[in-house]
Amino acid sequence: MKELLEKIRQDALSALRGDESSESVRIRFLGKKGELTSVLRGMGAVAPEERPKMGQLVNEVREKIEAAIAEKAEKEKREALEAKLKAEKIDVTIPGDDLSVGKRHPLAQTEAAIREIFIGMGFSVVEGPEVEYDYYNFEALNLPKNHPARDMQDTFYITDNILLRSQTSPVQVRTMENSKPPIRIISPGRVYRADPADATHSPIFHQCEGLVVDKGITMGDLKGVLELFAKKMFGEDTKIRFRPHHFPFTEPSAEVDVSCWECGGKGCRLCKGEGWIEILGAGMVHPFVLSNCGIDPNVYSGFAFGMGIERVALCRLGIDDMRMLYENDVRFLSQF
Amino acid sequence: MILSLKWLHDFIDVSDIDIKTFCEDMTVSGSKVETYEELGKEIENVRVGLITKIEQHPDAERLVICQVNFGDRDLQIVTAAKNVFEGALVPVAVSPEGEKVVAKLAHGVEIKTGKLRGVTSEGMFCSIEELGLDTHDMPGAPTDGILILNDYPCKAGDDIHDVLMLSDTAVEFEITPNRPDCLSVIGLARETSATFRRPLNIPTPAVKGSDGNVRDYVNVSVDSKKCSRYCARVVKNVKIAPSPLWLRMRLRAAGVRPINNIVDITNYVMIEYGQPMHAFDYSCLDGHEIVVREAGDGEIFRTLDSQERALTPDMLVIADKDRPVGIAGVMGGENSEITDSTQTVVFESACFDGSSVRITAKKLGMRTESSARFEKGLDCENCLPALQRACELVELLGAGEVVDGIIDVYPEKKPVYTVPFEPEKINRFLGIFLSPDNMKEILRSLCFDVEDGKVIVPSYRDDVRCMNDVAEEIVRIYGYNKIESSSIIAQMTQGGLPADVKFREGLSEHLCALGLDEICTFTFIPARIYTKSGMAEDDPRRKSLEIANPFGEDTKTLRTTSVPSMLEILELNYNRSNPTASLFEMAKVFIPREGVVTNIHGLEGTLPDERIKVTVGFYGAGGFSRIKGVCEEILRFAGIDNAKYVAVTDDPTFHPGRCAKIVLADGTDLGRFGELHPVTRENYTFSCPVYLAELDLELIREHSVSEKKYKPLPKFPAVSRDFSLVCDEEIEVGTLEEAMSSCGVKILESITLFDVYRGSQLPEGKKSVSFSVMLRAADHTLTVDEADKATKKILGTLEYKLGVTIRS
Repeated sequence: MKELLEKIRQDALSALRGDESSESVRIRFLGKKGELTSVLRGMGAVAPEERPKMGQLVNEVREKIEAAIAEKAEKEKREALEAKLKAEKIDVTIPGDDLSVGKRHPLAQTEAAIREIFIGMGFSVVEGPEVEYDYYNFEALNLPKNHPARDMQDTFYITDNILLRSQTSPVQVRTMENSKPPIRIISPGRVYRADPADATHSPIFHQCEGLVVDKGITMGDLKGVLELFAKKMFGEDTKIRFRPHHFPFTEPSAEVDVSCWECGGKGCRLCKGEGWIEILGAGMVHPFVLSNCGIDPNVYSGFAFGMGIERVALCRLGIDDMRMLYENDVRFLSQF
Repeated sequence: MILSLKWLHDFIDVSDIDIKTFCEDMTVSGSKVETYEELGKEIENVRVGLITKIEQHPDAERLVICQVNFGDRDLQIVTAAKNVFEGALVPVAVSPEGEKVVAKLAHGVEIKTGKLRGVTSEGMFCSIEELGLDTHDMPGAPTDGILILNDYPCKAGDDIHDVLMLSDTAVEFEITPNRPDCLSVIGLARETSATFRRPLNIPTPAVKGSDGNVRDYVNVSVDSKKCSRYCARVVKNVKIAPSPLWLRMRLRAAGVRPINNIVDITNYVMIEYGQPMHAFDYSCLDGHEIVVREAGDGEIFRTLDSQERALTPDMLVIADKDRPVGIAGVMGGENSEITDSTQTVVFESACFDGSSVRITAKKLGMRTESSARFEKGLDCENCLPALQRACELVELLGAGEVVDGIIDVYPEKKPVYTVPFEPEKINRFLGIFLSPDNMKEILRSLCFDVEDGKVIVPSYRDDVRCMNDVAEEIVRIYGYNKIESSSIIAQMTQGGLPADVKFREGLSEHLCALGLDEICTFTFIPARIYTKSGMAEDDPRRKSLEIANPFGEDTKTLRTTSVPSMLEILELNYNRSNPTASLFEMAKVFIPREGVVTNIHGLEGTLPDERIKVTVGFYGAGGFSRIKGVCEEILRFAGIDNAKYVAVTDDPTFHPGRCAKIVLADGTDLGRFGELHPVTRENYTFSCPVYLAELDLELIREHSVSEKKYKPLPKFPAVSRDFSLVCDEEIEVGTLEEAMSSCGVKILESITLFDVYRGSQLPEGKKSVSFSVMLRAADHTLTVDEADKATKKILGTLEYKLGVTIRS
C-alpha cells in the first residue's frame, strides 16, 4: 500500500513535469475515479489499526500532488495569458479612426484670440448692423458728405443715405449715443469696401475696432493698451511703433506697426525687410465726434483703434493670399 | 506726391542727409514716404564723345566705323545710325579705360566691347530711349537715331548725367487728405525744415513787368461764392517753345510730362506752390472778359481732352462774354487752349470751393491733378504768390513779357485763425511732460506763431482748429514714440461677450464637434446663383437689397438666403476632387424692410432686417439622417424640445420627398433642411447627393432654454418592449410616435425607432416599422403585468387611431 501510494505520487509528479495538463493530472489522480481516490476507496481492506497511519499517508500524498497541480496550473495560466497577449498584438502604426471634428474658420479663430485679449482688459464686445446709415458710418465721425477723406475708403452704397459700412466705427457711435462713459468696447465684424479682390484686398473683410472713453484718458494709455495687446497677440518681446497719420475721427491719429515676430525686427521676407508690420490705425477720439454723440469733450477724452482681422490672420498663420480665406477649400480649413 | 530732392534743395539744404534717414524721419514726423527712386542710376558709364572720322565698314553696307574722341582717349565705334556726322557730339556707352566694367543703359541693357562684322566696336552711341528719355523730355531729338548733343553745353569726355541733368532722387509721399498744403514742394520743404530743424528759405517771387496795364486787357468778375479769390495776370509777346532742360527734368522727376514753356510753367508752379494754375489764350476770350459763374443747365462744353461735357447749374465755370472757357478747378477748354501760335496769355490763379470742385469732378468723371488739390480745400492766400512765381518764370525763361498790374478779386479776406495755447492740457492729454517753451519751438518750426496765449494758425493749415490738432502738431515733431505707455487709471469695467454672441460661439463650437468645418462666404452674391440654386423667377426671396455702385454683377445683390453661397463652396470643393466636405456657416442675410422705422436722427430710409443664418451643407458623408441629426443636435444645444418636423414638398432647392421644416409648438418656423433637388443639382457639377440646412439663429436663440436643471437619475429599473408594426406607407414615423406618446401611458419613458422595412413579405403599400419603448415608473419597479398593460394600451391606440397592426 505504501509503495502504491509512493508510486502514485511519483507518477503524478512525473506526469506534471511532462506534457500532461494540470487538469488531466487532477482528474487521473484526484478525480472521482482517480488513482488516489481508488486507494482511498480501498481503505476498507486495510487493517483498522493501520487505517489512521495510512489515512495520514494518503493525505500527505494528496497534498503533495495538489500542490504540484496548483503550481503547474499557475504556470499554464501564465503561459496561456502570454500566448493570448501575443496573439492580440496590434500594429500600432495603423492610423486611428477618423473622428472628423470640424474646425473653426481661421478668421473666427483670429477674432476669438483678439477678443479674448481685450475682454481680459475689461472691454465688452458690441456688434451692429452691416447695412448702415451714411450718418453713422461717416457724418457722425467728422466726415460730412463730399469730404475728400471719404476717398480713403471706397464705399458701396444702397441709396444716397444707406450704405454697407466701410468700418465698424458706426458701432462706436451707436454705443456712445446709447451709453455713458466709462466706455470700453471692441466691435468686431464684417465691413465692405469697393476694392477688387487680390492677394491683400477683399471687398468684404473683417475689422476689430476699439473705443475707450473716460475721464483723463491719455495718448499714453492708448499706447499702453496697444502695447499689451501686441505682446499678448504676437509674443512678449513685441514692440510697437506709432507713425503720425490722419483719420478724420481721431486727433492725433497714428498708424501702428508691431515689430516683426518672425525676425524680431531685423528684417525678413514676412516684414519685407522693414522689421515692422503695419497692423493698426489708432488715435485720440476727435472732440467733434464726442460732442456729436452727446459726450462733453471738456470732461471726457478717449481713444479708438482698429485693425483688419484678415491681416492679423494672414500674418499669424503665414497665409500669403487673402482669397484663400473665402475659397473655403476643406484642405485649407482643416489646417488650422 | 512725388518730390524731386533737387527741387527741394531750392528751399532747404538736406543734401548731406542720407536718403534712408530722410525717408524714415519724414515718415515718423507725419509725411509718409511710400518709396523713392534714384533717377539716372541705371545709366552708367555714358560719356560725351566727339566723332572725328567716319568711314564705311568694309563688309557691311549699313554700318559705318567712327573714330570717337573722349578728351583723354580715342575709341573706335561701329554704328548703323544714319544721323551721325564728323564733328558730332554724341552720348556713348563705353567701359572706362583699363577696367572690365560694362556700361549700363536704361531697361537693364549692358554694353561691352565687341565685334560687328569683324570690326571691333568699343562702345555704343545712344538714342534718347536708351537713356530712358522720350521726346517730351528731349523735344526735337530723333527717336530712330542718335541723340546729338552739339546744342548742349558740353565737351568730349563729360558724364551724360551732368550734361542731361539725369541725376535726381524722386521721393513718393502719401499725403493724407487733410494736408493739401503738402501736395507741393514748398509744403514738404516746411515739413522737412521742422523735421530736421533746419532753416527754410522761400524767396518771394520778383516780377519785373513791362509796359501796359492788365486792366486794358481783361476784365474779371466773380458771380459765385464758390470762388473766394481770383487772381490773373497777362503775358504778351509770348514765344511758345520747349522749356529749358532743367525745368523739363524737374517736371519729369515729379512725374509730369513736359509740353511747352507756358503749360510747363503752370505745372511747375502747381507742383512747387500746390496752387493749380491755368493759362488761357487771350485771343480766344470773347469780349476780353472773364466771368466766374455757375454753368447753365445742359450747357455743352468741350474740355482740353476733346470730350464733350454736359454741364449742370451746380458746376462752376470760367467763361468769357458768351461761353465757358474752363471748368473751374477741373480742366480748361479746348476753345482757349495754348497753341504754338498763342501770342498773349492770361494766367489764372484762383481759389474754388473744395466740395463744389469735388462734386463737379465726380459728376463729370474727370479727376485731375487740379481737382484733386482743390477738393481738399486750398489756401486762397497762396493764389497771389503762385501767380507771381509763374510770371517770374516767364521772365526767367524769356517766354514773353508780363504786362504790369495784377487782377485780384478777393471779396473777403481770409481771417487769421487762432487756437488757445494750453500746454498743461496738452501734456495731460498726451501723457507727456514738455515745457511750454519746447512746445512753442516746435510750433514755430512748423510756421505757427504763439502770442498772448494763442496759437496763430498759418493760412494754409485749415486742418488745425482745436487743442487736439495743436497737440498732434507738437507730438508728431516731438516724436510719437517718445510717449510713455501707461495703464488706464479709471473706473473698473466688466468686459465680456453679449448673450447672442456667446450663444453663437457656443453653437459654432458644437457644430465643429459634429465634424463640420466653418466657412466664411461673401454676403453679397451675383443674382444668377439664386437661379442656380433652383429659385423661380418670381420667388419672393429674390427681392434683395442691391448695391447702387457695384463693380460688376458679383458684388451687386445682398443675399436673402445663405443656401446659394453654401452650394457654391460645396461645388468648389467638389470640383477640386475633395472626396467629402461637411461645412457650416453663421453669417447674415438681409431682408428688405418696408415702411419707415423711426431713428433718433430722423434719417431717411429703412435699414434691412439682418438675420444670422446657421447654414449646414455636406456631400460625400452621410445622408438625410445626418442632416436631420445635425438639426436635432442644434435644437438640443438650444434646449428646444418641442420641435416638429413637417415635410416640405414645394421648395425648388430641395428634393420634394426629402425636405422638412422645423416648426415649434407656437408655430415658429426655424428653417428647413433636406437633400438638394436632383433637377437643381444638374445646375452644379455634383454627381452625388448634397444635403443642406438653413436655420434662423435668432429664432433658435429666442426659443432656447438656457437654464439647465438637474433631474434625479431613475431609482427603479426600466422595462423595454420591442414591437414591429405594419402600417400604410403614407403614415409617417412622427405620426406613430405622436400617437404613442399622447396615448396616456404615464410610464412610457422613451420611444426609439430601430427599423423600417419594406419588402415582399408585406402587402403592397405597407411598411413595417419597429420600435423599442422604455417603460419606467418613478416610484417602484414595474411588474410584468403593468408593462403588458401599458404595451397593450399603446398598441391598441395605434390600431384604433391609425389602423396599425402588429407584425407577427
